[in-house]
Amino acid sequence: MNCEEATKLMDGYLDGELDPMTSQKIEQHLRDCRKCEQAYEAHTALAHAISRGAPYYKAPAELRQRVQSSLRDAVGVGASRSGAARENHASLTSRWAKRRPVLPEIPWNWLALAAAIIFAAIIASSFLPRLRPPTSDQFLATQLIASHVRSLMADHLTDVASSDQHTVKPWLDTKLDFAAPVPDLSSQGFPLIGGRLDYLDNHSVAALVYQRRKHFINLFIWPTTSKDSKEQKMVEREGYHLVHWADGDFTYWAVSDVSVGDLQNFQQSFEQQVPPH
Amino acid sequence: MAATLEAEYAFDAEDLESRAKVVKFAVIQGNETEGAAQEHELASFEETMLPHMDAAHNLARWLLRNEEDAQDVVQEAYLRAFKSFSGFHGSNGRAWLLTIVRNTSYTLLKKNRAVDLTTTFDEEIHTAGHESVSPATILEHSENAELIKEAMDELPVQFREILVLRHLEGLSYKEIADIAQIPPGTVMSRLSRARAELKEYLAGRISKDK
Repeated sequence: MNCEEATKLMDGYLDGELDPMTSQKIEQHLRDCRKCEQAYEAHTALAHAISRGAPYYKAPAELRQRVQSSLRDAVGVGASRSGAARENHASLTSRWAKRRPVLPEIPWNWLALAAAIIFAAIIASSFLPRLRPPTSDQFLATQLIASHVRSLMADHLTDVASSDQHTVKPWLDTKLDFAAPVPDLSSQGFPLIGGRLDYLDNHSVAALVYQRRKHFINLFIWPTTSKDSKEQKMVEREGYHLVHWADGDFTYWAVSDVSVGDLQNFQQSFEQQVPPH
Repeated sequence: MAATLEAEYAFDAEDLESRAKVVKFAVIQGNETEGAAQEHELASFEETMLPHMDAAHNLARWLLRNEEDAQDVVQEAYLRAFKSFSGFHGSNGRAWLLTIVRNTSYTLLKKNRAVDLTTTFDEEIHTAGHESVSPATILEHSENAELIKEAMDELPVQFREILVLRHLEGLSYKEIADIAQIPPGTVMSRLSRARAELKEYLAGRISKDK
């Protein structure tokens, strides 16, 4: 592969959208060509900057109510066959002709309150992203969830499938430059399924897969660095729970769709087997 | 007859969501009035689509760059989505809803002539000019969320759209192609172009600030 081809395919490589063969060719080229490697680093930095820096505009609560009540209106009108109702329906469907058709049916004092809420929401939504840009933690959480979901989707849950800690641990030790603890937690209701290599936050990490009933828990482990937070954390996002803890050596992130309680149990069981030091 | 056809189609699709819907549909046909059927449909719609309101609002807000318009578009998009919900058999509710949000946003943009959507733009990658900024410098400025936001807002709407879908929603090229209605092969080159443009803008701003 030459530089021109590598440049053309770089975005696909960065986004993990190339077939394995082409990916390997690019990897090889990046190892050989300093110039392209630098270009790739710059590109990665930019991609991270966008994911981290660009605000995510969440829907304000007021909009949720507005959408739900307009849906209710649409259904209510569909069921009745009166002329007035049909007219109202028409105004709902052609929003450009008449904005916020929900409002005229609400008494004025509620209108004032609603206006105040909308005003506050607009003020808040224009200031909040500035005051609270997504932190690196949130970015990490996104990566962790993505990795968890990918592992379940692509039939690539484990690189080494074994419930035996003495099989999984040596395998991981040969692939990584650190020796991650691999405790057996089956007696606590978390049988080991296997282990996997993963790549997160710019370094290789160990991913241990445990099972809880029908659900899977991905436990990501890497050596604690200065930028990793030492305090315990619990995050809920998109229906997934993340629990984070750290000891002297390692940083742990457990990701799963099991309940928070189950995930905390998991952490406690883990810490009983691998006491923090 | 229509019911039979729909049931067959849904079973072909082999996903659990559609099956559940078909079962409900059959029950409704047998026992309930039209009004109750619609309420059922609404409940099923809300369960599938309301969780994606953040994504819908985020996309509309980035495309329109205006909070009031974004909220109007989200409301309109949900009404449109509800009307065509019976045609939705897939499992990717978010991509389906975002397609409608995207189209509704473009309708408003065209109406306001806020953007000339007929202009065809160059998908080719231009690498000249932005190599002067080192990864370190970009990383340094990436902490400046306001700068990133400003840079994104300066880009043409097609570039904002693809960056939001990729970086804020984390969608695959296939999903992006469906939502932005472009050939799958174009996604990579457009993303590449969008990132290059953003880099150029950032480089310009960074060197101006110095």
